[in-house]
Amino acid sequence: MMALLEVNDLTVSFYTQEGVVTAVDDLSYTIERGEKFGVVGESGAGKSVTALSLLRLIESPGEIESGEILLDGDDLLEMTTEEIRQIRGNRIGMIFQDAQTALNPVYTVGEQISEAIRHHLEYDSDEARERSIELLDQVGIPDAENRYSDYPHEFSGGMQQRAVIAMALSCDPDVLIADEPTTALDVTTEAKILDLLEDLTDEFDTAIQLITHDLGVVAELCDRVMVMYAGQAVEKAPVEELYYDPKHPYTVGLMSSIPRVGDDSDRLRTIPGAMPDLIDTPTGCRFHPRCPYAEEACTRTEPDMITTGNGANGPQQSARCLEYTNDLQHGLGFDVTIDDDLSERVRGERHE
Amino acid sequence: MSLQKFILKRILASVPVLFGVSVVTFALMHITPGDIVDQLVAANPNVPSHEAARLRREFGLDQPVWVQYLDWMQGVLTGDFGEVYSSSRDVSAVVLARLPETIALGLFGWVFAILIAIPGGIYAAVNKDQLGDTVSRFVALSGISIPNFWLGLMLMAVFAVQLDWFPTLDPQTSLLSPSMLWWLILPGVTIGTAAAANMMRIMRTSMAEELNKEYVTAARAKGLPERTVILKHVLRNSLISVTTVAAFLTASIVAGSVVVETVFGWPGLGRELIDAVHLREINLILAITLFTGFFIVLANLLADIVYALLDPRIRDEY
Repeated sequence: MMALLEVNDLTVSFYTQEGVVTAVDDLSYTIERGEKFGVVGESGAGKSVTALSLLRLIESPGEIESGEILLDGDDLLEMTTEEIRQIRGNRIGMIFQDAQTALNPVYTVGEQISEAIRHHLEYDSDEARERSIELLDQVGIPDAENRYSDYPHEFSGGMQQRAVIAMALSCDPDVLIADEPTTALDVTTEAKILDLLEDLTDEFDTAIQLITHDLGVVAELCDRVMVMYAGQAVEKAPVEELYYDPKHPYTVGLMSSIPRVGDDSDRLRTIPGAMPDLIDTPTGCRFHPRCPYAEEACTRTEPDMITTGNGANGPQQSARCLEYTNDLQHGLGFDVTIDDDLSERVRGERHE
Repeated sequence: MSLQKFILKRILASVPVLFGVSVVTFALMHITPGDIVDQLVAANPNVPSHEAARLRREFGLDQPVWVQYLDWMQGVLTGDFGEVYSSSRDVSAVVLARLPETIALGLFGWVFAILIAIPGGIYAAVNKDQLGDTVSRFVALSGISIPNFWLGLMLMAVFAVQLDWFPTLDPQTSLLSPSMLWWLILPGVTIGTAAAANMMRIMRTSMAEELNKEYVTAARAKGLPERTVILKHVLRNSLISVTTVAAFLTASIVAGSVVVETVFGWPGLGRELIDAVHLREINLILAITLFTGFFIVLANLLADIVYALLDPRIRDEY
């Protein structure tokens, strides 16, 4: 069966004055209908650029260089501007990181939801209004009928994010892209918004591409995860495997930098160094300058994405590391110790 | 605070401003040497000196300055702006007779400025750093730099004298007749050019800034046509800062009318003011400056109302 969304060899570059920044480099992944797919990585890993590429909203000096983005088999990159507009907001909805800036301050919240409905579903203004009020109600805005004519500044931060979710869901999309939807919110609001996203996407069988740097959020919501580093995918795995059996040293680094309850160490563990400059990417494996297991081979040979787990009874696990082509002499020396169930622990914390 | 209350407050706040304008104008006129009687005597050297002294007494010009001011103020408070010394006509009658001409000219210049500036600014912002933008910026800079009297003379030389498209004489028809447009176009364009150029630059900057905001990406992500994104979402936000400048530019249009009316022989308040200054017709000068001040206060008030209409966040503060 054809995947709902299939991204193949996507490359996006930005032509800056300092040089060409390849923000997304030869990226491939698929999302199935109704699947909750997480994209994790540090700032600058190319997560948001990937998201905007799906809507063809990369602005100058950025350019989608090559690849295909298939939605139900149709390549979004081959479409005319008019055709892609039929997709935006209609079959692919987007939730932005900061709801406050994503809402136009001079139009009512209701109008901003209704306009997409009028545009795509050809509802008249009364029908669109009715549907918008329904949506506001569904995303948990009390007294939706009256709040419809409120302006964004009359909403609290959490309510603004709910309104943005309503806006993204307004035309019942197949895919919902959520770009750090809870980063700007406080922890309790974050938990509520994540629950809401889960409920609504389950209810409408909407696939979701959740972009985040927070592994806790991924554990809460996602089925499958892609870890990105310097514009590339370094590991793809079902969420359980990613936590219990991570394959890539970068994933391990991300995991161990989550502070744990009961940890006696004085300092947060971090991955040494910083994401490389994408104008001048390191030779060989892009992670080698920060990798504790890097060997000489890593500086020369660029690793491929290798399937590490079998896909017989579910989605595969794959990682981009020389270990899996047996090119490492000493191997990867990390052990995963599971003190408690991380995902359950995170879940428990968030629901308190 | 309701909008009505806000408007009332602003109108009351304009009283001290207008008072200040009258004091400064009055003082300036008394610092400048000579008065209306000197002017009359200069025009007619046969007037004996006792006759001049009688005239001064009659006009109250022999009194100390502060007495003159209080006399004048007393009149103003009862709606009497005094009379024009040389013609014995009522100042208010003279002002009211010339007012429609000036309003017509100013309005024309203003509408011209907006019609050029808003679409021009939108075009420049959308095509930022491309050829069209560069050209529009050059035009705008020229518009700001060219003095209006020179622009007026050049427009007249080319379009009225050389090409003979427009009349050069004083308007020969009533203000409301459609053919009046032919007399209005050249002075109107002259008076509106600098304002248009200024406003266009602000429009461009403001819209370019708005275009970088996330709500624009969000609007595009909804699948709205680019036209809707620009003309609905971005335009309204960009107009907020243009409004500030538009109010501010009203002052420059009013000031420009003095020069432009003189260049084009337009029978408005501006030209009247020049004549009044030459003759030291102090009552007329005071009335016209007061009226101008009031007009600028009014323009600012209008701008504040437009703000509130454009931006709900400001509306809430009233």
